[in-house]
Amino acid sequence: MRTKIGFLIIALFISISSFPAFAQEVKALVTPENFTAFDTPNDAGKSISLTWLVSKNNDQEGVYYIIYASQGSSGPWTQVDKILSTTAYKSEAPQYFGLKESNNQYHFYEVTGIPGVVESITSTVYFKLAITDGDNTVEFPSVVSAAPEGNFFDTSKTNVLIFVLIFSFLIMFFISLARKNPNLFVRHIPGLDAIEETIGRATEMGRPILYLNGLLDMSSLSTIAATSILGKVAKKVANYDSQIKVPCYDPIVMSVCQEVVREAYLEAGRPDAFKQDNIFFITNDQFAYAAAVDGLIVRHKPAANLYMGYYYAESLLIAETGAATGAMQIAGTDSITQLPFFITTCDYTLMGEELYAASAYLSREPLQLGSLKGQDYSKAFIIIVLVVGAVLSTAGYTFVVNLFKTF
Amino acid sequence: MDSSALIGIWIAAGLTLFMYSSLYKDNPFFRFGEHLYLGLSVGYILIRVIYSNFIATLYVPLFEERDYWLIIPSILGISLYTRFFSKLAWISRITFAFLIGFGSGLGIPRIIAGGVFQQIEKIITPLGTQLTPFEYFSGILIVIGVFSVLIYFFFSWEHKGLVGGVSKVGIYFVMIAFGASFGYTVMGRMSLLIGRCYDLIDYSSSKYYYATIVLLVVIIAVLAVYELVLKKKEQPKT
Repeated sequence: MRTKIGFLIIALFISISSFPAFAQEVKALVTPENFTAFDTPNDAGKSISLTWLVSKNNDQEGVYYIIYASQGSSGPWTQVDKILSTTAYKSEAPQYFGLKESNNQYHFYEVTGIPGVVESITSTVYFKLAITDGDNTVEFPSVVSAAPEGNFFDTSKTNVLIFVLIFSFLIMFFISLARKNPNLFVRHIPGLDAIEETIGRATEMGRPILYLNGLLDMSSLSTIAATSILGKVAKKVANYDSQIKVPCYDPIVMSVCQEVVREAYLEAGRPDAFKQDNIFFITNDQFAYAAAVDGLIVRHKPAANLYMGYYYAESLLIAETGAATGAMQIAGTDSITQLPFFITTCDYTLMGEELYAASAYLSREPLQLGSLKGQDYSKAFIIIVLVVGAVLSTAGYTFVVNLFKTF
Repeated sequence: MDSSALIGIWIAAGLTLFMYSSLYKDNPFFRFGEHLYLGLSVGYILIRVIYSNFIATLYVPLFEERDYWLIIPSILGISLYTRFFSKLAWISRITFAFLIGFGSGLGIPRIIAGGVFQQIEKIITPLGTQLTPFEYFSGILIVIGVFSVLIYFFFSWEHKGLVGGVSKVGIYFVMIAFGASFGYTVMGRMSLLIGRCYDLIDYSSSKYYYATIVLLVVIIAVLAVYELVLKKKEQPKT
């Protein structure tokens, strides 16, 4: 009898001690707090965000949240997604919610459409949440809704706006300064002296000068700089009574170049020497253009080749052919990938910003000069930020890094 | 083998050899290849512009789908051609202003976010205790490199004294980067050349009736005759 009572007590103890484990599983399926739906901030109005509080009870391995959506408050409900309860946090979307520490306390899910119902959300959508551990699924009764709306201002890009404003202010300030004093100091650029030398050489040899404007259209800064330099080169060519040939990749660039060269010849007092046919369009195809320019170089053997503007893979094909003919070559490009080729094949190369600087240096135009000076001081500002930021962040003040976060 | 495919292969092999013939010197084969390529590219671009741009994105949506909003970009596009008439050329400035404004609005924030901010963020990332000595070295090297290169591209100071020294360090960094880029790209170009050579070797097999070999012999023979004729013409008559 005693043994039976003993077994009974042990069985009772085991059943009582195992009960809390069972109770814990049931307790896991609690209603998530602060389940809300709202228009996703900083977007074009095509999605709705869902957030709910992280729960220590719910969030464990093997437990999933199921998101349902409907176009009406009473259904029919469609499953949008099933996400692991230990994933999808608000902190994973800093472009919408910033870098606040409290973002770790919330789950986040962005709904852009209802599978099989609507591809993109344009009107009010209703949502409800369920939780499952594989065996049990509990649907929570609270239904939330929201409608998407486009946002005019993306707050995640506020730091970019501030920088744009600072840079714009600096550039505009220096443009106004350059208007008052066009002799603002710009350091000497070695490649520029060589231009005069090349024109003189071409005149002595009785051969033409080849001038390319790159492969971009007139809206590109490098093409604008190239045409600006072309004006100065053409004026010198007219003074020396030499010849300049400008094969163009773009028909609009061609018409601009014709005007620029015509004006340069007028300024030099040699309008009669201007030949419009020397500035001509070839083709809009990259390698066909390269083949044609190569043919020109080989047949006309220009004494000097000037490659200004933006280039792609054709740069080496053209510059190498020019070097093989023994021409003196000067290049100027902001195409970082092609600069090595020009450096190896040309006598002088204006690297990156030196192209713009050369244009400003030669033209002394307030707009270009002011922009160059403005950019210089923007660079000075960046240098200060880099040095101070590197020291501060290494010392543990990481807020500086956050100022430059981009999303 | 399909005869059209065979003709295509002979043309491909021939044109490749024509273009490579420029390695010898300017000659009629290279000129033919160059002008054919040029003419084909212009013709192809013209047709592509008509069908892909004009018909597909303007004519069909405007006249068949009645999307009248397209009248605005059409007028802007047509106004670009006023550049060819000096008295009306000012009209094209409206389109240029729109293009530059739109391009700047879209491009400047992207460049600042991607080109400036991301670089700054990476450079000022703290050098924590969990880094290896090499990572420390890289971090410091990056700061020195960016700093000195920025000084090199500073145009408001003459490159003399301390500024000159720092900018010299900067130009060394730039040249190292360019050297790496040069090597990397040349490797790519060499692989293109090898690919083309493989094709030529392939086309010299009996399967293609020895296309490469036959064409190479013909080109060399014609060039030799051409040179002889040229030399005879150049010889002064006695």
